[in-house]
Amino acid sequence: MQSIIAVSELSKVYASGFQALKSIDLDIRPGEIFALLGPNGAGKTTLISIICGIVNASTGGVTVAGHDIRRDYRVTRAMIGLVPQELTTDAFESVWNTVSFSRGLFGKPANPRYIEKVLKTLSLWDKKDDRIMTLSGGMKRRVLIAKALSHEPRILFLDEPTAGVDVELRQAMWEVVRSLRDSGVTIILTTHYIEEAEDMADRIGVINNGELILVEDKNELMRKLGRKQLTLQLHDPLDTIPDKLSAYGLELAAGGVELIYTYDTQGEPTGITALLGELQQAGIRFKDLNTTQRSLQEIFVSLVKKPA
Amino acid sequence: MNFYAIRAIYLFEMARTGRTLLQSVVSPVISTCLYFVVFGGAIGSRITAIDGVTYGAFIVPGLIMLSLLMQSITNASFGIYFPKFTGTIYELLSAPVSYVEIVLGYVGASATKSLILSFIILATAGLFVPLQIAHPLWMLLFLVLTAVTFSLFGFIIGLWADGFEKLQIIPLLIITPLAFLGGTFYSIEMLPPVWQTVTLFNPLVYLISGFRWSFYESSDVGVGVSLAMATLFLATCLVVVWWIFRTGYRLKT
Repeated sequence: MQSIIAVSELSKVYASGFQALKSIDLDIRPGEIFALLGPNGAGKTTLISIICGIVNASTGGVTVAGHDIRRDYRVTRAMIGLVPQELTTDAFESVWNTVSFSRGLFGKPANPRYIEKVLKTLSLWDKKDDRIMTLSGGMKRRVLIAKALSHEPRILFLDEPTAGVDVELRQAMWEVVRSLRDSGVTIILTTHYIEEAEDMADRIGVINNGELILVEDKNELMRKLGRKQLTLQLHDPLDTIPDKLSAYGLELAAGGVELIYTYDTQGEPTGITALLGELQQAGIRFKDLNTTQRSLQEIFVSLVKKPA
Repeated sequence: MNFYAIRAIYLFEMARTGRTLLQSVVSPVISTCLYFVVFGGAIGSRITAIDGVTYGAFIVPGLIMLSLLMQSITNASFGIYFPKFTGTIYELLSAPVSYVEIVLGYVGASATKSLILSFIILATAGLFVPLQIAHPLWMLLFLVLTAVTFSLFGFIIGLWADGFEKLQIIPLLIITPLAFLGGTFYSIEMLPPVWQTVTLFNPLVYLISGFRWSFYESSDVGVGVSLAMATLFLATCLVVVWWIFRTGYRLKT
């Protein structure tokens, strides 16, 4: 499948000498939701800014639908909508005017019906004549999304779209994102709410210190790195773990009434059957059990904490 | 050419003027009226005619030029500085627009506003003094050239400035003194010979002189020289703007 965005050996060194990106290679597939995760200062916004034309790359290149972002900037930029991280709006403008302005700026003729549809989708229709300065933070964020969608982009960049947005509005926004994906729009998002990436994304990229340390299908990532834990609720509490069971790396919790076994889902075997057999032989009875999987957040933390 | 973008920027800037009508239009008109009352009416009645033109009428082209210069610079510099200040410049930089289109939108709107203001001041002046315009097309040419050139100059200031103070420095500390000393209120022939020579290094002398010639056919320097200098300023500003966009100076990191 041909990439909709192809980033090749992209590096960025700012005038201060700070290297924000180190030879990034990345392919974004058409129609996917790609979540770019990374701690503050990792290079997420720099990468997005270069693709959108706001920041100049030091070396390397980017193509969008096969077009070079520098040589064919008119074609590539017309395909992209960007929702920036900061709430940067024209405070004195009305919602309708600022969204219509964006459509014109991106080279599209006026289309009041489309603008109306966008505003209604984002629950902004009743605010269309309000000045942006009178809106709440969440509403301003929606205005930025409306501006980014005003020219019917094929690719949408969402840089921390839910920062400072309440839960209800956040869920409504993700509904919009899902429907956009269903309509064929490719979405690249950065977020601090890793559970959102876990919930929304098709693929995950993790960037740290300007290096792309991982790009993986989300389900595959969870399968590979999402170690699971088996928790056994013991009938009688244990003071210590019997020596015979030491090979399993068990932990005691909740005052000795919980026995925790961490296993690798990729492991062959996982060791669960053997453990349960040995517990029975040792006379350790349990009254309940459950399994939990390591969250993406834990995976993310373990990845970015690795020494460079 | 992305005409929709040029139109969007142009209309956005014109709408900004509509929102700040008091500051953009009423304020400069009142200032000019005060000049007419003080210099034209009160003091001017005691000054002899210059080249057969009453003093009140003599200062009209200079006052229009003064407002035109200041408003062109202010409009254009604020127009591009404000998106930089608020951060909305991201949209302009990520849009499929060329530098030429950005300049056409911002400078076009700024020049339009300055020209409208100039005509309002001209009409206001007509209420105070008898006006004659010997060469209307030349007058228009000088107006448009000056409005475009100084809007470009303002655009450069707006790109260069990294604070509101810097936006004010050049109009207040350079343009205003040069306009006052460039023959707005007097003919440079009224100066001692040494100062006449010094004044010729003031670029605004040529604009004001050429503009006044289009009214009264009297000028401090030849109209051809004025036109050549105006064109030279325009070319200089175009080269600087071209360089800024080519290098991304203060726009792209």
